[in-house]
Amino acid sequence: MLKGLIGKKIGMTQIFDDAGVAYPVTIIEAGPCYVTQIRRPEKEGYSAVQLGFSEVNPKRLTSGELGHLKANEIPPLRFLREFRTKSPDLNVGDKVTVEVFSLGDRVDVVGTSKGKGFAGVVKRYHFRGGPKTHGASDRTRAPGSSSSTTTPGRVYKGTRRSGHMGQERVTAQNLKVVLVDAERNLIGVHGAVPGPKGGLILIKEARKQ
Amino acid sequence: MSDILKALEAAPNPNIPPLSPGDVVSVHVRIKEGDRERIQEFKGTVIRLRKGGNETSFTVRRIASNGIGVERTFPLRSPRIDKVVVERHSTVRRAQLYFMRGRTGKSARLKQRFN
Repeated sequence: MLKGLIGKKIGMTQIFDDAGVAYPVTIIEAGPCYVTQIRRPEKEGYSAVQLGFSEVNPKRLTSGELGHLKANEIPPLRFLREFRTKSPDLNVGDKVTVEVFSLGDRVDVVGTSKGKGFAGVVKRYHFRGGPKTHGASDRTRAPGSSSSTTTPGRVYKGTRRSGHMGQERVTAQNLKVVLVDAERNLIGVHGAVPGPKGGLILIKEARKQ
Repeated sequence: MSDILKALEAAPNPNIPPLSPGDVVSVHVRIKEGDRERIQEFKGTVIRLRKGGNETSFTVRRIASNGIGVERTFPLRSPRIDKVVVERHSTVRRAQLYFMRGRTGKSARLKQRFN
């Protein structure tokens, strides 16, 4: 059975267990997703399931997108994402809901991190910066030396510098499922999840359990 | 806060009356010792209320032996809180009574409010 869902981040809160311990929890509105296509090794060379999420006004989609969905009487969906799986035992048009996950499951959660713009090395790579005193007040957040002297006589490729930070695909691994609400299509995971509230989130079975 | 998060909030404990800063309260906390459960009382003045759904908390300050102040912050929605008894209200003019931290003895009294 495929363990994967597309969802929308709602926000964080805390919930108590029976012993009174409070856990930080991220609430994700996940599913219902529809199977929109099955990728098979015979045809595409790999096996995966394409899921769709978030019903939308059909005017918002291109005719190509509509045609892709219409053939199997799937409602118009805004987001389509693929989930790799060894044995796709689903059919096109099937509905996938939060019930594929149960309490205590470990999941990987994929999101797009918040954009930080052009960031310096202190923020981007946790460089320590320079001293604030001893006549160095113009170098407090400077990167310092980027390489050695005559040997090697150049700066190595991949040296960490300032640049664009955030707004990239980030996976939070091995989060515990602590809440499943099939009625409201909600799933709660222990801890934080990348991205802003309202951001698109993929939930998968954890790779490293 | 979004409506979805509000819908997930734990139900308020019916044994906790509305609290306000300056109230003298006795908080009954369930404590687990091994497999036995007992109730511990913590009596003092509410010096802070922090609101926010499930994260709502309040801080109680009491003067322990040798005049040492002890503060304890309780999550309001925690199932470990058995009940809260309000013993008296006080007239206070601010929401956070941090000024109480610098006071001991006679100056640490608050004027009682009757209503």
